[in-house]
Amino acid sequence: MDTLVAQLQRQFRDYTISLYHQGFLDDQFTELKKLQDECSPDFVAEVVSLFFEDCEKLIGNMARALDQTGNVDFSLVGSSVHQLKGSSSSVGAKRVKGLCVTFKECCDSQSFEGCVRCLQQVDIEYKSLKAKLQDLFNLEQQIVQAGGRIPQVDI
Amino acid sequence: MSITCELTSKKAEESSGGVKWIKKHLFFMILCCLTTSLVIVILMSSGKEEETGSCNGEGRVLYIHQNVTRSEIHDLVSLFSDSDQVTSFECQKESIPGMWANYGITCSLNMRLEKEETQSVHDNSKSLIPWNLINPSGLQQSLLQPENHREGLDWELSSYLRNTWWCLILSVLVCHKFFVSHSKPPNEIEGKTNLQDSLAQKQQRACRGAGKGRKNILLLGVIAGVSMSVWWFWDSNQKIILQRRETLENMCDERARVLQDQFNVSLNHVHALSILVSTFHHGKTPSAIDQKTFGEYTERTNFERPLTSGVAYALKVPHSKREQFEKDHGWTIKKMETEDQTLVQDCVPENFDPAPIQDEYAPVIFAQETVSHIVSVDMMSGQEDRENILRARASGKGVLTSPFKLLKSNHLGVVLTFAVYDTDLPPDATEEQRVEATIGYLGASYDMPSLVEKLLHQLASKQTIVVDVYDTSNASGLIKMYGTEIGDTSEEYISRLDFGDPSRKHEMRCRFKDKLPIPWTAITPSGLVLIITFLVAYIFHDAISRIAIVEEDCQKMMKLKARAEAADIAKSQFLATVSHEIRTPMNGVLGMLKMLMDTDLDAKQMDYAQTAHGSGKDLISLINEVLDQAKIESGRLELENVPFDMRLVLDNVSSLLSGKANEKGIELAVYVSSQVPDVVVGDPSRFRQIITNLVGNSIKFTREKGHIFISVHLAEEVRESVNIKDAVLRQRLAVGSSESGETVSGFPAVNAWGSWESFKTIYSTENHNSDRIIKLLVTVEDTGVGIPLDAQGRIFTPFMQADSSTSRTYGGTGIGLSISKRLVELMQGEMGFVSRPGIGSTFSFTGVFGKAETTSSFNTKFDLAIQEFKGLRALVIDSRNIRAEVTRYHLQRLGICADIVSSLRTACTCVSKLGGLALVLIDKDAWNKNGFELLDGLLNCIKEAASTRPTKILLLATSATLLERSEMKSSGLVDEVVIKPLRMSALICSLQETLVNGKKRQPSRKRTDLGHLLREKRILVVDDNLVNRRVAEGALKKYGAIVTCVESGKAALAMLKLPHNFDACFMDLQMPEMDGFEATRRVRDLEKKKIVSGEMYSSWHVPILAMTADVIQATNEECVKCGMDGYVSKPFEEEALYAAVAKFFESAG
Repeated sequence: MDTLVAQLQRQFRDYTISLYHQGFLDDQFTELKKLQDECSPDFVAEVVSLFFEDCEKLIGNMARALDQTGNVDFSLVGSSVHQLKGSSSSVGAKRVKGLCVTFKECCDSQSFEGCVRCLQQVDIEYKSLKAKLQDLFNLEQQIVQAGGRIPQVDI
Repeated sequence: MSITCELTSKKAEESSGGVKWIKKHLFFMILCCLTTSLVIVILMSSGKEEETGSCNGEGRVLYIHQNVTRSEIHDLVSLFSDSDQVTSFECQKESIPGMWANYGITCSLNMRLEKEETQSVHDNSKSLIPWNLINPSGLQQSLLQPENHREGLDWELSSYLRNTWWCLILSVLVCHKFFVSHSKPPNEIEGKTNLQDSLAQKQQRACRGAGKGRKNILLLGVIAGVSMSVWWFWDSNQKIILQRRETLENMCDERARVLQDQFNVSLNHVHALSILVSTFHHGKTPSAIDQKTFGEYTERTNFERPLTSGVAYALKVPHSKREQFEKDHGWTIKKMETEDQTLVQDCVPENFDPAPIQDEYAPVIFAQETVSHIVSVDMMSGQEDRENILRARASGKGVLTSPFKLLKSNHLGVVLTFAVYDTDLPPDATEEQRVEATIGYLGASYDMPSLVEKLLHQLASKQTIVVDVYDTSNASGLIKMYGTEIGDTSEEYISRLDFGDPSRKHEMRCRFKDKLPIPWTAITPSGLVLIITFLVAYIFHDAISRIAIVEEDCQKMMKLKARAEAADIAKSQFLATVSHEIRTPMNGVLGMLKMLMDTDLDAKQMDYAQTAHGSGKDLISLINEVLDQAKIESGRLELENVPFDMRLVLDNVSSLLSGKANEKGIELAVYVSSQVPDVVVGDPSRFRQIITNLVGNSIKFTREKGHIFISVHLAEEVRESVNIKDAVLRQRLAVGSSESGETVSGFPAVNAWGSWESFKTIYSTENHNSDRIIKLLVTVEDTGVGIPLDAQGRIFTPFMQADSSTSRTYGGTGIGLSISKRLVELMQGEMGFVSRPGIGSTFSFTGVFGKAETTSSFNTKFDLAIQEFKGLRALVIDSRNIRAEVTRYHLQRLGICADIVSSLRTACTCVSKLGGLALVLIDKDAWNKNGFELLDGLLNCIKEAASTRPTKILLLATSATLLERSEMKSSGLVDEVVIKPLRMSALICSLQETLVNGKKRQPSRKRTDLGHLLREKRILVVDDNLVNRRVAEGALKKYGAIVTCVESGKAALAMLKLPHNFDACFMDLQMPEMDGFEATRRVRDLEKKKIVSGEMYSSWHVPILAMTADVIQATNEECVKCGMDGYVSKPFEEEALYAAVAKFFESAG
């Protein structure tokens, strides 16, 4: 039992560290995790799910805006990108945030191709992040179920 | 004069300060003037007093004397009148008043002479006085003389005074002009706007004016000198002339008197002769006298009449008796032959024509041998003789002819005639009676030239003067009786002569033979004065020109100095401005770089970005340093005076620099003496800056091993070196302890005592007894490379490093130490160091801080934790004593009592002895050395000794990787690894984790920080982004706040109705419809309206903080502009959030 927990814990730690190392997450996610306590045990999950919902919505918005070939409302796209950037930085989704910066520049320079490419990348990125975080949460759940403590990971 | 000058000098003092220098010159000039005037006054007064005194005295004496003599004279006259000289005396008595007036003048002149002239002259003049006094009119005149004299004196005195006054007025005028020229310039330039220009001009003008003034003074001085010399010359020349004139007068008078005396004597004798003739020729019948007798007698008595060339007696013969007379004598009466001027020897009276027929004749019957040729000549036939005879018989006195060529001699002469009466006539006989009584005439001829010649030969100094004698009876023409044409005719003195004939006037004119010689006695002193004046003037001129040159140079220097200063200020200003201007964009650059690093970069790009970021940070810190330096140099840097906790500041610094130190494997330790109060008043940021700088330097220059030890003591502790209570200090002061490795890390260091010794502030006892001031001594010891001996002198010079290779090896600018030193000086302290190459350096500084009013500690946020730990006991196992003391110090701050043992081995016995230990802290060094067995033993000991609470074991390590730490913890041997440097917050965290509850990190540090501030606070979060909103909400809730979220500016406005329900509002800036700026502006407008309408209330102003991801400062400024109170970066960072909200809630809560 202990070995399982330990194994899961090590797995969790390694996975978290890898997420950080691969640049999916940054310190803000750590901060976010610190905010989670007994009063709000699912705080991180809640915020993250909110973030992904937001992402879906914004990406949908942007895709629609960019679909209108000929008269693309870049300002609309821009504001969406800004929102996405804000959300991602709040959550600590480092890669998404980085993409948003590039995306914003494309919007500002009104580069349609750039925007489309960025949108695609953002779409891919957020989905992969979503998957990874899902894995992480699953791991956490497993640890909890196994009766272990979710280890503190210091980066 | 001196008073005027003093007054003006006072004026000068009142006038502008630029004229200050004048005082000296003025003073000197005053001195000169004073001396000159003093000399003049003394000269004058002495002359005056002497003259007036002597004159008055003389006058009085004279007056008394005259009064006395007056009566005497009357007696004398009455006496004389009985004598046979009565006539002559009477004659004198009635003599010409003018003559006496002349004497009077002589007298007065003589009186004046008396002050200077020799005694002989004095006597001479005195002897003249009785003569003078005989005549009443003369007496009166002479009585009047002193007054006249006094008037004359007055005139002379007034001329002196006038001269002086002229000098005075002139000097006053010049002084006035001088000061007018000086007082003007400041008024003229008042209008000038440029201060420096005007100042410079002022100085220049003052200088020029001063030069002019000085020249004026010089000119005045020269004029004064020249005029004095001229005056002196004139004065002495005048005196010489006067003296000469007086000499002339005296000599002339003397001659005149002698001549007159002689003449009078012979006159008396002639008179006597006439009486003889009347007695013996007419009184006897037959006559006792014939020609032969007369001739013999007269020849023999000639010595009595040295002046007469001959005497003759003529008989009064009326025409009726002519024939009878001719018959009696046997010769005819002959006419005087005036045309024939043959010599006496050739003259034969028989050849003369007989006298023409007249009423009466006066044929000569007796004659002296010398004039025997005139016997039988009728005297009445000669014009001169006839008149003489007529006058003589009418007056009854001796009368004189005007000078004429004597008969048969080529000399000018006068003839004196006395009438011989046959009866004794009463004194008041009428003319007719006299004519009636006349029986003959006695005549004597005086050969004037020979007479005068003879006379003058008897007197001394005949060569010097020339004498002329004139007959002045005839007003129309003077007849010269004697004299030559030679001599200086310009100066002449006339003396009256009285030969006893009132109808005849004679005078003597004297003059010097030689012209007035060049008055060397006058020229020499005045010339000397002139020369001295010019010499002094030359010297002064030299001095003045030198002063002018020096002043000009000084002006130039001042100008250059002003320019240099201006340049320096400009440089500092430029630095400050440029530094500030660079900082703003640099912040942007850094922010952007940070954002860039957050983007998806590959390893290479990341490396570049990181390098750029690092460089940017370095640049910013350099700029800050330069800015500091510039500020200090321009004197604009002022230290704050706020209470702060020194230990916290040091904790801060150590935590800041611990990263770098740990990287290098250097051990960083902080120790503050227990005698240092918790709270001191000073400038925490500057203090921190100094410490950071020194420690930063130490880290930079320390090799891979070693330590950096920061210690703070009271200056008093070091001073009273006899009984030091502080263990650390005692160890460090022990001789050779540092060198032998009794240090924090075991590496030798330089003993700090070397740098403390030189501090004056430690030993100075001033302010010592003041209770409000404490002196701190801070030491930073390192085991670095040390400072080369030759570079130690310039270590505090800005931009000067130990050597040029230093910056290449270690980087940095070398400005830090200079700034630190200046900051320390601003703290009224000193900074010094000792360094030994290869061993290390120890920098020390002192600083004066204030004592805080309240002793309560600042770190209230740790109070709870400290309460928890208070009274716990701990054991520190460390082989190094100082390090153990440092650990103990940190534990003591938490209220934990600590014991020290040096090794694990001794620890076992200790643990069993002590018991009830809450903590055992083991240093990693001790751990490594002794291995695990000992530790196991120790653990067993602990377990045995453990009572209620299990003893926790903590490992103190300088550096440990995450892995190491995890391993150690998981190994179960230690409960926690504490990374050094120790600091309060970190220690509290670790202790809380281990002691309170291993699983729960309940009272986390953050919670205590912000929880305190935000607990129960109602906060509105405005953000359109759901995720952000949620995160912010979560974060704030975490800190205990009651959070309300809205998603737009409009909604926020609706919530922020007055009076406010919220304690604070966090507002996103970029929102659709209404952004954060606009919303804030509206809220503020609402608040303003209420405030204007007078409903002031404390909750009318809600703090609004912007949430922004923008790090550029411009945004911050914009935030403030539209009414926001601050900003927090998004996502929330604890520090920033804390700093932002602390402002509002600390004061409120």
